[in-house]
Amino acid sequence: MADFVLKVNGTELHVSAPADESLLFVLRDRLNLTGTKYGCGEGQCGACTVLLDGQPARSCITPASGAAGTNITTIEGLEQNGQVSPVQQAFLEEGAFQCGYCTSGMVLSATALLRKTPHPTDEQIVAHMDGNICRCGTYPRIIDAVKRASQSPAKAGGQ
Amino acid sequence: MKVRDALLDELAQHTIDDKPYWFRLDRRDFLKLFGGGLLVCLADVSTWAQESGRNFGGHELPKDIASWLHIAADGRVTVFTGKVEVGQNIRTSLAQQVAEELRVPFDTITMVMGDTDLVPWDAGTFGSRTTPTMGPQLRTMAAAARDMLIETAAARWKVDPATLTAADAKVTNPRNGHSLTYGELTRGEKLMKTVSGEVALTPASDWKVAGTAVPKVNGRDFVTGKHKYPSDIVRPGMMFGKVLRPAGFNATLVSVDTSGAEKISGAKVVQDGNFIAVAAADASTAESALSALRATWNVPAQPSNKELFALLKQPPATQQEDRGPEHVSGSVPQAMASALIQLHQQYTVQYIAHAPLEPRAAVAEWVSGKLTVWTGTQRPFGVRDELMAAFHIPVEQVRVIQPDMGSGYGGKHTGEAAVEAARLAKATGKPVKVVWTREEEFTWAYFRPAGLIEISSGAQHDGTLVAWEHHNYNSGPAAITTPYNVANQLIQFHPANSPLRQGSYRSLAATANHFARESHMDEVAHAVGMDPLEFRMKNLSDPRLRAVFQTAAEKFGWGGSKSTSQRGFGIAGGTDKGGYVATCVEVEINPDKKIKIRRVVQAWESGAIVNPDGLRNQVGGAIVQAIGGALFESIQFANGRILNPHFAQYRVPRFSDTPQIEIVLIDRKDLPSAGAGESGIVGLAPAVGNAIFAATGTRLRNMPMAPPSAASGETVSMFRS
Ligand code: FES
Ligand code: FES
Repeated sequence: MADFVLKVNGTELHVSAPADESLLFVLRDRLNLTGTKYGCGEGQCGACTVLLDGQPARSCITPASGAAGTNITTIEGLEQNGQVSPVQQAFLEEGAFQCGYCTSGMVLSATALLRKTPHPTDEQIVAHMDGNICRCGTYPRIIDAVKRASQSPAKAGGQ
Repeated sequence: MKVRDALLDELAQHTIDDKPYWFRLDRRDFLKLFGGGLLVCLADVSTWAQESGRNFGGHELPKDIASWLHIAADGRVTVFTGKVEVGQNIRTSLAQQVAEELRVPFDTITMVMGDTDLVPWDAGTFGSRTTPTMGPQLRTMAAAARDMLIETAAARWKVDPATLTAADAKVTNPRNGHSLTYGELTRGEKLMKTVSGEVALTPASDWKVAGTAVPKVNGRDFVTGKHKYPSDIVRPGMMFGKVLRPAGFNATLVSVDTSGAEKISGAKVVQDGNFIAVAAADASTAESALSALRATWNVPAQPSNKELFALLKQPPATQQEDRGPEHVSGSVPQAMASALIQLHQQYTVQYIAHAPLEPRAAVAEWVSGKLTVWTGTQRPFGVRDELMAAFHIPVEQVRVIQPDMGSGYGGKHTGEAAVEAARLAKATGKPVKVVWTREEEFTWAYFRPAGLIEISSGAQHDGTLVAWEHHNYNSGPAAITTPYNVANQLIQFHPANSPLRQGSYRSLAATANHFARESHMDEVAHAVGMDPLEFRMKNLSDPRLRAVFQTAAEKFGWGGSKSTSQRGFGIAGGTDKGGYVATCVEVEINPDKKIKIRRVVQAWESGAIVNPDGLRNQVGGAIVQAIGGALFESIQFANGRILNPHFAQYRVPRFSDTPQIEIVLIDRKDLPSAGAGESGIVGLAPAVGNAIFAATGTRLRNMPMAPPSAASGETVSMFRS
């Protein structure tokens, strides 16, 4: 067991877990942040995507202890003062989900993309998001949602 | 001529083995639970039985109660149904239909779904049955409730009910402007009614809430991570379970050494026959304990993809009842003999996996001998039965709750994780969660059946089809009969011994049968030198199918440009489960034979549209999912093992595989609404195969058509994707 501190969604949390336990398991099972999903545990599907200092990371293959010292953002951390983020809002407006199981990972991947590339082309969206699987096949709507968010006036700083 | 209900047959053939139990709550207790208000129960209309004229799965259908609806004194409406939400959006579309008939705002309705202690028995959510059966049932109940509220108001005001109107959750007397809200009408009352007869329903042309694009209920919970899926359920003191999987299918346990796992602090090992599993306070410890187990298995020699199709053609070892043909008319041999053009072809479809993004998951808890399980399943009552059988407990000691789950596509009819979690919970005395790994899901779930299909056809030079013979080995009878006019037909499904565990899948065998039929139709069209669309229309009179073909072709610009060696256009279509679909595709083939689907236009018609946005989402999803089975998805297996049980090896459609998709919905307000979650998948594969032929002259008759590598036993495709 290792003891460490994780900064999740702006809050410092004490964790006691095996040093090699994945960030996904720590978030879901020890910190009860179940918005981050398990889809493969192998870095192949993107369901477990979180942001580490703003960069997208697959939490299933990231040891939790290694994430100490970074700012971890999970899907639970995107709302601000009860307002969903522009990306979340765009997903709602486009109806960009069916079962919604991929949605947390999609929203975080899209958030990271728009921080780096505020006005992505379709090709840039596809290239950036290709590691995220939506088995329900909602890809066209997700692309539309990313584009809608990129045009959102509230985008700056709000993601 | 023998016509059978292929859907019921196919479901019975696969994973459905029903032991229906009757709803166990007494209706009076139920009203007590609510403390008053208005309760309307719909006596079961046995739509299944009416449609098929026979029993389902060898058992009588329950004849008690099909659904409940309750209106509380505060005006809240609660609807209880055994259907479940798996991403197909019925939590929203069913509530729309209730709001419509009851004349209440959409957001006053709560749907209670898939909780076996609260909702009436239901066979399960599959076969596109929710919209055509549960929809009208709920509408009937809501309309009856509305009438009852009007009668209650009429009695209070001592006026003729026919002079009153209901709107916006109020009954109003237009003569004096008096009105009472539904809440006021039900306050302090204990009103109950059982509806069984016909109630006049609002025609789709007058719909105001139904028929509109109401956004998904609780959509916000899905974009904020708040929604609790089955794998997210947490119970106090919960442990995490892991099950030791055998080294292969049909393996027998030779020996197991659990001492290493038992030494791990906090780990509990459970062995019960072939079931060997561990539980621990956290998932990491459970995983360590699992890998410390040492087991030896005897795995018998078993077939691989190489022998698959030869095997499927052998008659099953266990003699099943002779099914006979699905359809016979005229004489195929005579018609073939006189036909100027005769074709005989064979088509194959590999096993594919559902791979729902949320794998099987369950949390089980025993409290004073009563078992409660939260799990992802399309058949909560089926899982309840499995648990009753596994633990030898009566129905009142099991409750299955199905939180809206990370989808299924027909792949979650069974309750494996529920039984495993319950066994571990029983042994540990604690609630236990079991979540399957991706590898477990790819290996120990079940697959869409592989199939071999042989078609022989005869046509005259003018393009008139005269003979059609279609044999499907193993994959199933769904949509096996041809919608085209052919005087002489022989159509038969042949069950086989499947080397892998197989079961339901979105649209069942309709995909395989459409792939074979619509590819073959294209072959005949080319043989007689006709445009593939023109050839279909010449042999087709079903106006609904003609309409979708015409609509798709127009939108696509069919016939506008000719296929070249690098760009092919293909068309295909059909009908199943009340839905009509036609699909046009444009495919690009680059010089190294890489295929890219560039554009898809799909026309869809399934009667009156309940929610156009939800429908569009389902049809679009079906198109994208179809790409996998058409081009690259295929389960590789040998000797009782799955060889590609990871997303890195089993490719599913991704963003980069997604073409430009245009969907044209035809809203037939004059026709009853049919389900739309499934059949939108059937047109793509044959349309793509036809487009590849149009470009290259190469006919691909094996799904997947462009597998990632020359998989063992597959006819090697020269194409990649
Ligand atoms: S769960 Fe992490 S990438 Fe799939
Ligand atoms: S919405 Fe179901 S996996 Fe994306």
